[in-house]
Amino acid sequence: MSNLNNMTIAAARDALRKGEVTAVELTESCLSQIEQADALGAFVHKTPEIALEQAKAADARGHDGADLNGIPLGIKDLFCTKGVPTQAASGILDGFKPEYESTVTNQLFNAGAVMLGKLNMDEFAMGSSNETSVYGNAVNPWRRSGDEAYLTPGGSSGGSAAAVAADLCLGATGTDTGGSIRQPAAFTGITGIKPTYGRVSRWGIVAFASSLDQAGPMTKDVRDAAILLGAMSGHDPKDSTSADLPVPDFEAMLTGDIRGKTIGIPKEYRMEGTPEAIEKLWEDGTAMLKDAGAKIVDISLPHTKYALPAYYVIAPAEASSNLARYDGVRFGHRAKLDAGDGITEMYEKTRAEGFGDEVKRRVMVGTYVLSAGFYDAYYNRARKVRALIKRDFEAVFADGIDAILTPATPSAAFGLGEMIDADPIQMYLNDVFTVTVNLAGLPGISVPTGVDKDGLPLGLQLIGRPWEEGDLLNTAYALEQAAQFVAKPARWW
Amino acid sequence: MSIDTETARRVAKLARIQVPEDDLPELAQEFGAILDFVEQLAEVDVDGVEPMTSVTPQRLKRRDDVVTDGNQQEAVLANAPDAREGFFAVPKVVE
Repeated sequence: MSNLNNMTIAAARDALRKGEVTAVELTESCLSQIEQADALGAFVHKTPEIALEQAKAADARGHDGADLNGIPLGIKDLFCTKGVPTQAASGILDGFKPEYESTVTNQLFNAGAVMLGKLNMDEFAMGSSNETSVYGNAVNPWRRSGDEAYLTPGGSSGGSAAAVAADLCLGATGTDTGGSIRQPAAFTGITGIKPTYGRVSRWGIVAFASSLDQAGPMTKDVRDAAILLGAMSGHDPKDSTSADLPVPDFEAMLTGDIRGKTIGIPKEYRMEGTPEAIEKLWEDGTAMLKDAGAKIVDISLPHTKYALPAYYVIAPAEASSNLARYDGVRFGHRAKLDAGDGITEMYEKTRAEGFGDEVKRRVMVGTYVLSAGFYDAYYNRARKVRALIKRDFEAVFADGIDAILTPATPSAAFGLGEMIDADPIQMYLNDVFTVTVNLAGLPGISVPTGVDKDGLPLGLQLIGRPWEEGDLLNTAYALEQAAQFVAKPARWW
Repeated sequence: MSIDTETARRVAKLARIQVPEDDLPELAQEFGAILDFVEQLAEVDVDGVEPMTSVTPQRLKRRDDVVTDGNQQEAVLANAPDAREGFFAVPKVVE
């Protein structure tokens, strides 16, 4: 069997169970692709020895058990992996090798998954283009037709998106604080779900904004998202915000039958300047769900406009607190000190050298909005607006809406370097459709449903009720079946 | 909202990030742009709204107040840039 790396998780699982392929063969196929794909900048720490060892163990165990037994995955650099470099794509964590395993990766490995390596991302997950990484850019495997310009795979989970879209692995982990799973998934023609806040343990994931961060899977299709999410989910006593709720069999809920479901179309997501291709994508997606038997209802989420400004107070505030731990004492980088430098100089020089510009900017904005005299005007007000944004969603769900359909991004993938002279706000606008979901703690999934005039993939987002990822995945499955998105990037790397 | 160089210097100090004097004006300008953007929040009527504290309504779990982990000095110090004799080492703090 050739091109094993192109398989979905579900197909590989079934082939492993039938004995048609071994985990070692699957893993070797991915490792060989990774070796040929350095131009994509996706894998930043390769772990072939670990991968082959895990694959051999999976083959030795046999393939009657867990879905992920012998399945080769890529892991975002934000997840602590024992003994393997974990830098959150930051210079300040240079050389850091965790002494412990994150709960998510621990669960994946216990389920038999194989780790191919660590994946590129924006520094501390702060960015929408993977251009803030200390490792350099990750590159989108997709190009505009007839144009060789490098495009962004999105961010912050840009390496995860590029790796899955280029078939370097069968699936990958991502994290999403304002859209960091869904936007890169949309930019690369893959599927990505951010589950309900609390569904997946945050323990051992380098923290950005703790009340917004959630990990989730990035996969080749909806079924794989269901399988991988199931393996990542569950209560963890080490994360006090992780929910003690049973994890349903998400894959078993994929019937494709959405008759009688009510889908809301929020008018506030019709934004000025949205490209026609995205307007049309949204209309087409609405028609697909209607044809599949869903009822379409126009809804209003009146505080949508305030989501990005609230986010750019709350996320930097939490980041400034979380990133205070990088002090040059316990792990990572410490600046070389001059004679007479004391501990304050050590902190200030270490953080100046270790953090990139965007991280510094956000830490300082966060410091400002939390400082005496501004806390109420900025931070408390933003938290009140956040409560109103959440209330908007609660109101439409109480009115019987099962899921909400929106575009995933305001554009297709843009060129690397294209935004370099833009002010930071322009980059922040990438998250305009996704950030509300993090503020409200809801599950959201991005599904590729079409291409633009340049042949670049575009995605739609479905937003679900809290804890109803199974139902959300099923609606996404129906959309996927109707859209029949099968395009793949032409190989140039 | 315009932020002056002095405010930028103070915030950098509070955040314990060294910023060269020459970079402060640009930093102040960037802060200003971001704060202008978030200024829209002032339009929202938030009377009687409590600031959101918990994303999902749930009680924090309790556990017995007992030691669950420990005796891991070596692992704790393994990643330190400077560890000596079982301690983290830092520049002199007390004169």
